Amino acid sequence: MVDPLLRVEKLVRRFGGVLATDNLSLDVLPGELHAIIGPNGAGKTTLISQLTGQLTPNSGAIHFAGRDITRLPSYRRSRLGLARSFQITSLLPDFTAADNVALAAQAHDGHSFRFWGAARREKHLREAAQAALNRVGLARRGDVPVSELSHGEQRELELAVALATRPQMLLLDEPMAGLGATESARMVALLKELRQEVTIVLVEHDMEAVFALADRITVLVYGRVIASGAPDAIKSNEEVRRAYLGEQHAVTSHG
Amino acid sequence: MKLQINVRNVVVALVALGLLLLPLYSAATGNIFILTLFTRIVIFALAAASLNLIMGYGGMMSFGHAAYLGIGGYAVGILAFEGIGSGFIQWPVALAASALYALVIGALSLRTRGVYFIMITLAFAQMAYYVASGLSRYGGDDGLTIYRRSTFGGLIDLSNRVQFYYLCLFCLFGGVYLIWRIVNSRFGMVVQGIRSNEQRMQAIGYHANRYRLVCFVISGTICGLAGALLANNTDFVSPAGMYWTRSGELMVMVVFGGMGSLFGPVIGTILFLLLEELLSQFTEYWALVMGPLLLLIVLFARGGIMGLLGRVGRG
Repeated sequence: MVDPLLRVEKLVRRFGGVLATDNLSLDVLPGELHAIIGPNGAGKTTLISQLTGQLTPNSGAIHFAGRDITRLPSYRRSRLGLARSFQITSLLPDFTAADNVALAAQAHDGHSFRFWGAARREKHLREAAQAALNRVGLARRGDVPVSELSHGEQRELELAVALATRPQMLLLDEPMAGLGATESARMVALLKELRQEVTIVLVEHDMEAVFALADRITVLVYGRVIASGAPDAIKSNEEVRRAYLGEQHAVTSHG
Repeated sequence: MKLQINVRNVVVALVALGLLLLPLYSAATGNIFILTLFTRIVIFALAAASLNLIMGYGGMMSFGHAAYLGIGGYAVGILAFEGIGSGFIQWPVALAASALYALVIGALSLRTRGVYFIMITLAFAQMAYYVASGLSRYGGDDGLTIYRRSTFGGLIDLSNRVQFYYLCLFCLFGGVYLIWRIVNSRFGMVVQGIRSNEQRMQAIGYHANRYRLVCFVISGTICGLAGALLANNTDFVSPAGMYWTRSGELMVMVVFGGMGSLFGPVIGTILFLLLEELLSQFTEYWALVMGPLLLLIVLFARGGIMGLLGRVGRG
């Protein structure tokens, strides 16, 4: 049995009287693509925020690559190889696409208390940025300011930024959010490639994408895990059908 | 970086050239007043440029920048009063004192954001103002007269108007050059990234406040140098120079010229102090004109004068 790359143990997070994360445990194995699904308000984003360090849990523990990271600030988690994309696109709007990615590469290339040399002329940073841009299909868009990129391109850039930190694990918070059909298909194809290289935790509403991509699926309802397993097992799980899929009528028609 | 010929760069080059040649004009026409006025302008331009580093590039709205002018000035004044006249001691002390003050104030205020940051920097600067007022040995409220300008072992004579002007100009150009290098460096990119989206920068692995703090200290140190120059220029330091209105004026100079543009604060300072000089000859209510002008710039020229020039250049 391989050690899990990410282990979440009995995580609890309350907002006032509401239990947003209710005694949640979860393992993500190295190399797998683990999807987390659940109806709105199931606490998916709350969970992601605790995994990335934006939120601190009330109790429980998070282990990443054998280390307890429960109280680690987000910048330290990034250093350990935990990268994230945001549900609502979160980039540096005043910078070009290449700058965004180069800054991510720079964060993982020694310290940045260098005050004299021009950062945009550091060749290996630019090359790392270009490589990540190529990876997500933005090879020719490097010089374009983020504010002039289309929504779909910004979602791809989010991925490039995460990749440029050379992560062991990607936490993707609804990468398909707001994408059209063709853009979604491109994103699925891209994730299919990326999963060969890096462990991925995918939070997603697009059921078609989830069932096409995931090795394992964890279903959250009211902050609790009600089921976890292979896609087929999830599809046929009675509790999941009742609690979640039933509301949406059919698994695959949801988009 | 390619040098482009556009309206903005031409204006910057002309202004820089004008500043360089000003003593010649002053000598040729015998107009000493203009040299005195521009010495003051150049010093304030350095202070405004330092404020621009945190305000324009770092997104930190410090409303207490006059404190550094005062600290730099008092370092020179107090040491001179105590019989230490060498600039080789006075000036490093001025810089170190400003840096230390910035480090302490920054470490405390950078826990806050937005309006709270503005208020806390303002509060600290006002505290510095009252501390200076309480220095009874050094003149208290009335301030401290400096009877001898800093000496540099015969290298340069600060009492010579032209030499002093060029020293100030050298500091200004040096300061702007330093800021230019910083802004384009790894460090500068990170600071600007944090201004743009702090959460994102944390997520890719930057400890945002550490970079902010260092930027804050650099800015305060440069402003402390302006303070040392200003004290030598006026032969006097007083708490009044640290009052919050002075901090406000520095902010206005930066906004006039264009936040986040390298040379903007220099242009903004020239404009502000020339206007002040000009208008105060006609009326003591010169602020009545300055206010609406600031309004117009904020409403219609977000990038200040430099932003306007950029637009002229494009179309």
